Amino acid sequence: MSVDLQTVKRVARLARIAVSEEDAERMTGELNAILGFVEQLNEVDVSGVEPMTSVTPMEMKKRQDAVTDGNKAADIVANAPATEENFFLVPKVVE
Amino acid sequence: MSDLTHLTISEARAKLRGKEISAAEITEAYLAAIDRANPVLNAYVAVTADKARDMAKASDAKLAKGEGGALEGIPLGIKDLFATEGIHTQACSHVLDGFEPRYESTVTTNLWADGAVMLGKLNMDEFAMGSSNETSYYGPVINPWRRSRVDTVVMPTTHQGDGGFVSAGGTKTQRTLDNAQLVPGGSSGGSASSVAAFLCAGATATDTGGSIRQPAALTGTVGIKPTYGRCSRWGIVAFASSLDQAGPIARDVRDAAILLRSMASVDPKDTTSVDRPVPDYEAAIGKPIKGMKVGIPKEYRVDGMPEDIEALWQQGIAWLKDAGAEIVDISLPHTKYALPAYYIVAPAEASSNLARYDGVRYGLRVPGKDIIDMYEKTRAAGFGREVKRRIMIGTYVLSAGYYDAYYLQAQKVRTLIKRDFENVFAAGVDVILTPATPSAAFGIADEDMASDPVKMYLNDIFTVTVNMAGLPGISVPAGLDGKGLPLGLQLIGRPFDEETLFQTAHVIEQAAGRFQPEKWW
Repeated sequence: MSVDLQTVKRVARLARIAVSEEDAERMTGELNAILGFVEQLNEVDVSGVEPMTSVTPMEMKKRQDAVTDGNKAADIVANAPATEENFFLVPKVVE
Repeated sequence: MSDLTHLTISEARAKLRGKEISAAEITEAYLAAIDRANPVLNAYVAVTADKARDMAKASDAKLAKGEGGALEGIPLGIKDLFATEGIHTQACSHVLDGFEPRYESTVTTNLWADGAVMLGKLNMDEFAMGSSNETSYYGPVINPWRRSRVDTVVMPTTHQGDGGFVSAGGTKTQRTLDNAQLVPGGSSGGSASSVAAFLCAGATATDTGGSIRQPAALTGTVGIKPTYGRCSRWGIVAFASSLDQAGPIARDVRDAAILLRSMASVDPKDTTSVDRPVPDYEAAIGKPIKGMKVGIPKEYRVDGMPEDIEALWQQGIAWLKDAGAEIVDISLPHTKYALPAYYIVAPAEASSNLARYDGVRYGLRVPGKDIIDMYEKTRAAGFGREVKRRIMIGTYVLSAGYYDAYYLQAQKVRTLIKRDFENVFAAGVDVILTPATPSAAFGIADEDMASDPVKMYLNDIFTVTVNMAGLPGISVPAGLDGKGLPLGLQLIGRPFDEETLFQTAHVIEQAAGRFQPEKWW
């Protein structure tokens, strides 16, 4: 399978990365090189093979359903580019 | 006292405990070495001199009372991927500009609890995506190793008499360092370069597809990626969560064992951290390997592999045989599919993990006309080319209609790769010996690799299978190539059998000797 310019622009939109016409053209070539490389996986007979979900056979650890952390609003917003009274500020999303 | 920087961790540990040297002295020696070398090698992106001095002072107080921890007073470098409280943590990306976390990663917390001293944060490929340390926002790291040319020099000749009789004065050989700058490998290029150039006693690193073992091989250092689940991933900037593991890069096998013991732990904050006590890895060093079964996988003999590497592999086999190991030919039939499967699984996980860099919670924000525009502009400006490429591949293979063809197929192939190893270990093989990399260090801005991303990816061809199967792997220096550059061998072990890796790697180290670059920087 290979991608065309339109697909690259659509994927860039899904990934929320702005691309110029020139970027998109360059990426089309690069992505097709990588997709060409991974194509060989199709030769592998995977009938009856389960997809890997965990590389180490272990049961998911669960913790007690109790509050163990919190009251760190100031720490959480400390690195944000724009905040006000411990809220993150974003451009207007509701008219 | 600059030779303090040449002590291994085990040597420095003995001298610190014996009060022959102080933590303050050794820390100053490293800070001075960094000051001189870093403008050339670019291994550190942040030097924490004040913190290092404070930590060294505290270590000296503990050592005076005989209360020192396992790494008391040992100065270390930390890869920029580890969260360090109040200190530069950016995964060497522009998108995390100014990020100083309010928390500390579990691995570094463990190191400080054992008394280690932090010298600073080390350069790396952006988000650990790269094999040459050239994708860093902070520029490439330079390998302290350079190629050298061996010339046969004819001694001056003398003319005698009118007949023009010339007598040759004989020949001698002369080694000349080449000026070309080489990459240290990646993504842990800053870790490898700083350890090889004596800018820290040891370093933390991480390995998703070979990012500890490949740079270790290219710089003549020892690097181990432990079993998935051995070191906590909590507080390490995530790249591909099912593959990422932390481990050390060190100057010798013993130092790597000492560091891993401190880094590894059982951590309730990481659900993939495994509930197994951490053994004393150092105790495995020096144990005989007589009767050990060493597997040699035929699939690792690839087309176009340099003769030097094939010869090194044969030499490694001979050393282990001499030490009493039994050498057996084995087959890992799905080896060739590991790299293509990796280039689906790793970008898919990366595209999800990197969705969090949105210009809202931390780092860079580029204003836009609305929130979507702000996201798109921030991510376009904040991520480098290689990172964008992988996010795009990941987004594509996970998108509607392609998930089964790519992602599901790759995860099934991954099951088969792991099964190959399980079969070999079930047949009694204790450890597998392979080359660590398909080549020695290459030049900065190599044109071949710059023009074709897949060529760069092929650097990880021998290391990536280990991540896909979650196994431990160690890279140990084993010799120099014809141009005087270090080459490494890789040992792969059973899950959680890092002890066998240290034990066997030490046998190779004893036979091969240790390697250090000629100082030009």
